[in-house]
Amino acid sequence: MYRYDEFDNEMVSARVAQFRDQVERRLSGELTEDQFKPLRLMNGVYLQLHAYMLRVAIPYGTLSSRQMRMLAHIARKYDRGYGHFTTRQNIQYNWVALERIPDLLEEIASVEMHAIQTSGNCIRNVTADQYAGAIDEEIEDPRIISEIIRQWSSFHPEFSFLPRKFKIAVTGHKNDRAAIKLHDIGIVITRNGEGEVGYEVHVGGGQGRTPFIAKKMTDFVPRNKLLAYLEAVMRVYNMLGRRDNSYKARIKILVHETGADEMRRLIEAEFAKIDASNMLTLPDKEAQRIMAYFAPPAYETALATSDILQAAQSANKDFTHWCATNVVSHSQTGYAIVNISLKPIGGIPGDATDTQMEAIADCAATYSHDEIRVTHEQNLVLPHVRLDDVKAVYDALVPHDLATPNLGLISDSIACPGLDYCNLANARSIPLAQDISTRFADLHRQHDIGELKIKISGCINACGHHHVGHIGILGVDKKGTEFYQITLGGAADENASLGDITGPAFTEDKVVDAIENLVDTYMNIRTSADERFIDTYRRVGMPPFKERLYAD
Amino acid sequence: MAQHASKHAAFQALTANRLLDGEVVYFTESGTWVEDFAAALVVESAKAQDLLTRATSGDYEAHIIEPYLFEVADGVPVSVREIIRAKGPTIHSHFTKPFSDKSV
Repeated sequence: MYRYDEFDNEMVSARVAQFRDQVERRLSGELTEDQFKPLRLMNGVYLQLHAYMLRVAIPYGTLSSRQMRMLAHIARKYDRGYGHFTTRQNIQYNWVALERIPDLLEEIASVEMHAIQTSGNCIRNVTADQYAGAIDEEIEDPRIISEIIRQWSSFHPEFSFLPRKFKIAVTGHKNDRAAIKLHDIGIVITRNGEGEVGYEVHVGGGQGRTPFIAKKMTDFVPRNKLLAYLEAVMRVYNMLGRRDNSYKARIKILVHETGADEMRRLIEAEFAKIDASNMLTLPDKEAQRIMAYFAPPAYETALATSDILQAAQSANKDFTHWCATNVVSHSQTGYAIVNISLKPIGGIPGDATDTQMEAIADCAATYSHDEIRVTHEQNLVLPHVRLDDVKAVYDALVPHDLATPNLGLISDSIACPGLDYCNLANARSIPLAQDISTRFADLHRQHDIGELKIKISGCINACGHHHVGHIGILGVDKKGTEFYQITLGGAADENASLGDITGPAFTEDKVVDAIENLVDTYMNIRTSADERFIDTYRRVGMPPFKERLYAD
Repeated sequence: MAQHASKHAAFQALTANRLLDGEVVYFTESGTWVEDFAAALVVESAKAQDLLTRATSGDYEAHIIEPYLFEVADGVPVSVREIIRAKGPTIHSHFTKPFSDKSV
């Protein structure tokens, strides 16, 4: 894992001291709320419905057990005993008091964490494939370039006041688990004909009220030129992005209105200028230095199969189901990737208590080379577990309700905080996720249904990624009452697509029935158990689903 | 964000968040800000702007942020949003706030 150097430490400490002073000046009345609001937002502090919310950055979703323990401590000492893992692989605390936030920030700085650039019109936390450095057939660990991008983008003076917020995601694998095509910039690590590692760059993806799939701008940028290329993209956006209308200020609108070809030409022209200056050419020595932080852990030599694992599976059906759903092959012989579902049946997607966080930290320290990952689907991962230890991990997770075998199934939904917390929301998201999870509580039924990604947003800002849910649900407000609009056919993976609206929205008491109708329709018309919901939808389209949904 | 009050609202009350901790508070007849909705001053819509002006001047405003008016009918907030603000999140029963409507 990356460790802070002297510059990181100095930068974070200085920011904590600065924010402490700003909070004191606000509380004393020296600063008005209008003056203070942009300052608190630059430090990840929002005002929600009931309290302040603090968003803490987890760069590319990687945590050590020490950091996870600190997150648990923060939940217990400064919040109400839990935290909420988000779709940007961050964590949010929903009940922090403003006057205590400087102390909180000082505590997380001691484990190399901060809340800088988790809000505001700047480059946000870079996200990456949660299986980075652990999955087979990966071209390169995406955290290497993500860390380089983090360093380049942190406090970048030219890009601290962009037209709108800016999000970057990176994958090093052909299977996209980072939703790169739904980001302002999506990066796919690739190789050219000579076998050199470089980057395919997509620009202009995003969700919100005007969703777009990103357009590919280039097939290959060499490693040492990527920052120059990104700087060119940012410079074009900063110059031409709209500042007169916040709804049209994201780069996706610029790409759409300018056209992909013209956008590509503008970026290439800017890139040529920056490249000629040679100022942003990444020195190989620096790339190697960062790469060393992400070197594979000291794996033990092990067999491809484990007698211990096989014996445990023979003796315990629940464990076998969990292995089949939540455990993934590792690139290292004798190891596995273990997914920890934060979606217990009827639970709140992405929430973890202080006790759960500590249990996961213990597992990571004992069984996963001290590493934990956060996924954009609001789950956690132990990336490097010996096959011999998988049962021990399961046994440690079960008492904490962390071993639900539902990864990728209907109860593994994404849900934004919604109207239970969020100042922008029109409707609640979490209770709906809980109701759907409870309706489909039978895990055999869930497994029979197969992969089905439900994503729920409480407003058109789409923090719950509803546009790219196989089934998407959008909460809307009609005269102060909650309604829910349904979309079908969205996907966030390498075959990214945006969902289609089924028709009129449903009232709160009808929406779970509507979801069940959609699932029943799918089960009736799928060609085999191997045809996923999204495959069936792509084969037959909207008509049979719509017919059933609005039959009455 | 949902509208807080429709133009047809007959009655309105004034709410804000407390500066120190963000807690939901309501403006009372005696000019204080309190957590309990039951103590909120509810006025006819014709007088609502005067209430906002009074509450956001001088000392009244010092310890609160983002005050706004919202619609009240039959002694309770009209919108789901304001009901949730008054009662707390619907997903953690142990975080539910004591709530009584103003008609009781």
